[in-house]
Amino acid sequence: MRKRLIVIGAGMATGRVLERLFEAGDDYDVTLFNAEPRGNYDRIMLSPVLAGEKLFEDIVTHDSGWYESHGVTCRFGEKVVQIDRVAKTVTAENGDLLSYDKLLFGTGSNPFMIPLPGHELDGVIAYRDFEDTERMMAMSEGSKCVVIGGGLLGLEAAAGMAARGVDVTVVHLMGHLMERQLDEAAGYLLRKALVDKGITVICQANSKEILGEDGKVRALLLDDGTELPCDLLVMAVGIRPNVALAQNAELRVGRGLVVNDQMVTSDPDILAVGECVEHRGVLFGLVAPLYDQAEVVARTLLGLDAVFEQRELSTKLKVTGCDLFSAGDFADGEGRESIVFRDPSRGIYRRLVIEGTRVVGAVMYGDTSDSGWFYGLIKSNADIAEMRDTLIFGPSYQGVTPPDPFPAVAASLLKSSSAGGNGLIKNENLERRAA
Amino acid sequence: MSVRTTCPYCGVGCGVLASSDGTIQGDPEHPANYGRLCSKGSALGETIDLDGRLLAPQIGGRRASWDDALDLVAERFSQAIAEHGPDSVAFYVSGQLLTEDYYVANKLMKGFIGSANIDTNSRLCMASSVAGHKRAFGTDTVPGTYADLEEADLIVLVGSNLAWCHPVLHQRIAAAKEARPAMRVVNVDPRRTATSELADLHLQIAPDGDIALFNGLLAHLADVEAIDLDYVTAHVNGCREAIDAARKSDPLESGLAAFDLQEFYRLWAGTKKVVTVYSQGVNQSSCGSDKVNAILNCHLATGRIGTPGSGPFSVTGQPNAMGGREVGGLANMLANHLDIENADHRDAVQGFWGSPTISAKPGLKAVDLFEACASGQIKALWVMSTNPAVSLPDADGVAEAIRAVPFVAVTDILERTDTGDLADVLLPATGWGEKDGTVTNSERRISRQRAFLPAPGEARPDWKIICDVAAHMGWEDAFDYAGPAEVFAEYLALSGATRDFGRDLDLSLFADVDYAKLIPTQWPQDDQRFFAKGGFYHPDGKAKMLPVVAPSQAAGTGLRLNTGRVRDQWHTMTRTGKSPRLGSHLAEPYVEIHPVDAGALGIGDADIVELSAGRAEGLFRALITPKVARGNLFAPMHWTRQRSSASWVNALVDVGTDPVSGQPALKAGQVQAQRFAASWYGFMASASSIETVAKYSAVARTKTGWQAELAGNDRPDWLELIKHLTSTTGTDASFVEDRQAGTIRIALTRGDTLQALFFAAPEPVALARAHAVSLIGTETGGLDALAGFPGAGQVAPGATVCACMSVGINTLRQAITDGATSVEALGACTGAGTSCGSCKPELKALLLEQTSPLAAE
Repeated sequence: MRKRLIVIGAGMATGRVLERLFEAGDDYDVTLFNAEPRGNYDRIMLSPVLAGEKLFEDIVTHDSGWYESHGVTCRFGEKVVQIDRVAKTVTAENGDLLSYDKLLFGTGSNPFMIPLPGHELDGVIAYRDFEDTERMMAMSEGSKCVVIGGGLLGLEAAAGMAARGVDVTVVHLMGHLMERQLDEAAGYLLRKALVDKGITVICQANSKEILGEDGKVRALLLDDGTELPCDLLVMAVGIRPNVALAQNAELRVGRGLVVNDQMVTSDPDILAVGECVEHRGVLFGLVAPLYDQAEVVARTLLGLDAVFEQRELSTKLKVTGCDLFSAGDFADGEGRESIVFRDPSRGIYRRLVIEGTRVVGAVMYGDTSDSGWFYGLIKSNADIAEMRDTLIFGPSYQGVTPPDPFPAVAASLLKSSSAGGNGLIKNENLERRAA
Repeated sequence: MSVRTTCPYCGVGCGVLASSDGTIQGDPEHPANYGRLCSKGSALGETIDLDGRLLAPQIGGRRASWDDALDLVAERFSQAIAEHGPDSVAFYVSGQLLTEDYYVANKLMKGFIGSANIDTNSRLCMASSVAGHKRAFGTDTVPGTYADLEEADLIVLVGSNLAWCHPVLHQRIAAAKEARPAMRVVNVDPRRTATSELADLHLQIAPDGDIALFNGLLAHLADVEAIDLDYVTAHVNGCREAIDAARKSDPLESGLAAFDLQEFYRLWAGTKKVVTVYSQGVNQSSCGSDKVNAILNCHLATGRIGTPGSGPFSVTGQPNAMGGREVGGLANMLANHLDIENADHRDAVQGFWGSPTISAKPGLKAVDLFEACASGQIKALWVMSTNPAVSLPDADGVAEAIRAVPFVAVTDILERTDTGDLADVLLPATGWGEKDGTVTNSERRISRQRAFLPAPGEARPDWKIICDVAAHMGWEDAFDYAGPAEVFAEYLALSGATRDFGRDLDLSLFADVDYAKLIPTQWPQDDQRFFAKGGFYHPDGKAKMLPVVAPSQAAGTGLRLNTGRVRDQWHTMTRTGKSPRLGSHLAEPYVEIHPVDAGALGIGDADIVELSAGRAEGLFRALITPKVARGNLFAPMHWTRQRSSASWVNALVDVGTDPVSGQPALKAGQVQAQRFAASWYGFMASASSIETVAKYSAVARTKTGWQAELAGNDRPDWLELIKHLTSTTGTDASFVEDRQAGTIRIALTRGDTLQALFFAAPEPVALARAHAVSLIGTETGGLDALAGFPGAGQVAPGATVCACMSVGINTLRQAITDGATSVEALGACTGAGTSCGSCKPELKALLLEQTSPLAAE
């Protein structure tokens, strides 16, 4: 009898798990629940959809034909409301009771909504799914939008709407944008790039209240009294693992649904993957570790050995057309030294953080072409003492023709071939003649 | 359409075919060079632009009309003469002037103003040779011809880095030696130079050890009975006294080992055809005249003079030092090799000129002249086409002295020179390629310089400016020439009028020559040598051997500073400094120091060395090399206040003059040396000019603009510093900074075009300079520009070795690694050495360095 696998959530992580399972030819009967009324799509690519660069169809990763060919029972637009771990069943929204041999949580995360007064007004949204995207796409040219949150998601939303002619203001609590990925200088360049796109950016801004009219958002009030009128307010201040169902099922939950190195929860038949997961105390929001997790989940389901290892964190992103990269620890501190490249007119910035003879962090903005090499240096803890002077220029500047070691007089530093100890030189023929 | 002219640099006097588009070729028909040119000559086309040219007269730094400027010069000179007498004014002129310029300057000063206060930078060059010649021969005669260098069996090069300073003669010797390997070359020089590569024997003599060496030779010649008794009996006085004096010298005081001395003496004694070539190492000495006579004694004693392949040979440093000597452009000469002290000579010349007066006594020689400026004796000074504020000893003192003169006029082609900066009136002269006249080279060959470019702006030829001033002083009739041909004709006529005095300078051959078509011709006629059969110019027709005494080798308290020239620069760089190719060979002032001395002083490679002498200080890049002896330094003399912050080396040299010739001992500085405690070293490449604002700055032209080597002992704000270094505005800056390491790199761009690159570090900056320079003006930006060296797949050519073909040291080393084993092979695969050939000694050294590691140090 084929084993039954129930997957809750059709996100990027569970999509990858299914691909790996089917590639291995395993004969799980898969039932795929998704709260959104659609299957797997590339959520990262919602931004180009918002910006009008892509259509939603372009970002669908698994279409109905794919599910069909792999015998996946799709229950899209349906939530799982209850889990009975003893009976090994789940209850669907419509009351259907389904048995499982293995259950995979891919419930993802919920956008965090700051509980400001007025946060329930119409026109206050998050930026999470296609519905949010459609809401933003519906904004007319010249209308006003405030985005709270100067992280990746907020800036994508802001840039996407600005590209559609919306008058966008970004409000950010911290001193510079994307402070977790960028240092202040890179954050400044990013801000400049956004301002050049017509976006207003306000940092160190504390939101106080969302003002409404007739149940609809009207403006954001900052605690310094500034009132920012808006027709739509997007909150993009962070995500929280979606663990409500797991909590109900009395699985072990910390900040997220706790898994071991095999991605198995406190129940040996229940696994979890993606943004809902907490592994060794860490939560995940970027796609690379999620894909790593998916590989492990698939192997575990196949009965193969697998261990999920957290990699050194590096972030390589494209935000509104600007390449940026960060890795390691780039905070200033005692014993920390920086090698910095700034090209303000071209909007390029690169900073390497050195501790002793090691690179411990890197931030790049505008050009991330050598990021992999720097990331490698951080991961391998390489000794860079010998190449410190040329390090920042990247791998193609290492170990090539050594620069002139001496200034302009180098040409006459030619060693004289025959100067003797007392300064007397002779040619052989003269010596022979004299002898 | 090319014009036949001559090179304006050294005394070899090479023929040049020049076109107005800057195309330069050696003249295959000119007997000095037969088509060869050195690196400097080859790059003449890069020096004829109008950048920095003085194109109109200036009074007090403001543009003025010629009439106003001439009026003022004439008025101030006339006023000084009226109030303080003729000896209160002076001309300081130049071996760069053409014979016609020299002739009218000399005529104005000696015949009309009535003073002999006209001296020339030739005083710094060959005055000791003139004095030696006159003492021995009775007149200032160079007896031989260049062909002697090819016919000799032994050539002794004394105090002459011929390979760098007279490269075409060096090439002629090298070619002769290759064709006739039995030929021997001995190089006598306190330091090992490029010339030593050609030599079979390099005698690393102690400074000023020449007299001990040649007195020892004379004694040896007597001992081995190599004296030509017939010749001496018939044509020479003082032989016995000279030999007696020579025997009192200890040859070991030359600083050479007995074995080496014996070897040299045997070689000299046993070789009939011997030419002794000597230059500044002999002349620029407090005993220069005696050195000359010590050498001449050996040739006179053996009769080895004036015959093919033998004789003493003074090679002059300047293109027209000889012409200047001929027309009398020195304070102790009259004109046409006539004597100022001789009343008959004076009467003849005054009569010929129809001049109101004639100077009856020698005037002030260069060093004395500027001392007289400092003391207030000189009220009006006119400096023509030379740069005494750089080239004279105690250069800063000389600058002060010039400043102290109430009225100073300076003629030059450039608006800014160290001397021009001190002038009340600047007079714009036409430069090489724009003026017509004649020059005489080291073998008495008179050649035409011909214009192939129009006079720029309001510039006038020197002879014309001098005549204009004379006219404004009221002597228009005596200085009314339609052109240089008329001046030359008058010079020939004077020669004819004074022929009865029987001097060597006989120009009758030229009397009927068409000036326009004058082909290079020796006086008294082609291929004629002097003195093979006597015929000297002392009253009894004999030569005089002079007893000479070697100077005692007083131990100085500091290091002995030798000064000299580099291969690709000329004098104070006013012309060669314009050429990017020439600037790339040795782009900064350096000091050669022996490794042991450097070690004792804690000086490392590429450190900056601070030299001091009294109050004077200077900064130079350390070039640690065993080519100089312990206790000795060498530094080039080309750098000026325009091109450096602290590297005009003659400021450090102030050690007196030769008592006979008045030639300063420019190679005998006594200095203290220490490591300059630089807190940063820098390099800059820029499309626009770079100011010498750092403590150590050395600025040079490049193909893409300018470059500078920099250092300082301060903690500058880099962006502020760059603002002062370059006037570039409207640029964007990008940086790479490692604050803890103290390194910074800055690129300035305008639009996408790279305008400037600046690099600084606490250590001498390691980067591929030629590469960095090549990026200026391109659209290379960001990290690729700031790296300062090429990334993977690109090869930096390295420091320039061959300036003509722009071949770098890395390219050459690669070629050797790839199998090139000879200078010819290197030339075939890289092009190096195939144009002027001046770099061949360096190519040879490079081959030896790389192919025989055991022989290398």
